[in-house]
Amino acid sequence: MNSQCKIASNQVELRMNASPQFLCIARQATNRMAQMVGLSEKDVDMVTLAVEEALANVIQHSYGGPCDEPIIMQFRQIASSHGRPARLEITVRDFGKQVDPTCIKSRDLDDIRPGGLGVHIIKSIMDEIEYSCESGGGMKLQMVKYVRE
Amino acid sequence: MAGEKDKFQNVVKDIKRHGDTVILSLTGEIDMHCSVHVRGELLEIIQEKPAMVIIDMNEVEFMDSSGLAVLVEALQLTRRDNRVLKLVGLHPRVRSMFEISRLDNLFQIYNSQAEALS
Repeated sequence: MNSQCKIASNQVELRMNASPQFLCIARQATNRMAQMVGLSEKDVDMVTLAVEEALANVIQHSYGGPCDEPIIMQFRQIASSHGRPARLEITVRDFGKQVDPTCIKSRDLDDIRPGGLGVHIIKSIMDEIEYSCESGGGMKLQMVKYVRE
Repeated sequence: MAGEKDKFQNVVKDIKRHGDTVILSLTGEIDMHCSVHVRGELLEIIQEKPAMVIIDMNEVEFMDSSGLAVLVEALQLTRRDNRVLKLVGLHPRVRSMFEISRLDNLFQIYNSQAEALS
């Protein structure tokens, strides 16, 4: 098995190879974590989809296709504080090609064509998203979904 | 990996022909891993040039944008030849992705095969 999962209090970390065959494992982990933090059934499904799209983008664009390079996912349950609601924070870290975060944009949806919808879907589902270039190489995508009462 | 071919075959539940209509029934979770296989099956069907292609997705529990891309390509190919492509039985979470992508109005979506055939 080329994936491992470790749990520490309110945080889960999952490391997987950049291979589509492991996406189903990432979906299951996301789904369970989203349930545990108390997201609604619909939000659980949508967050799972957003994470899937983020991972697929890493495999396709950061690494240029399936490979044995790592993707590290972190899930953090954060309690409400300072006026911010309780939330699930998910980071997706890769070690592939770096791209100027300002260049990562949704495409025009009026242009009907196959593909290129991943970023739009992620932005539509998550309450906050931020791409950054990491000093050790690769990119980090931080996504937040609020737990709505 | 052992069983990979079986997994792909299991995503395509069956293919039935009713006169000039082909019904492709899918099942399970359609992601980047298996959407290529679905695309291959669909392109083969479309190359037969049936008057109508129905994709039954009643048993599809999850689909990502790679699956959606396959459906958009299939729709464009069938429309180019003045043929029809219909979708049947979208699970709410699959339908949500169509809505987010504003593609729900692009496809003809039905609740059942009978409704799509009538």
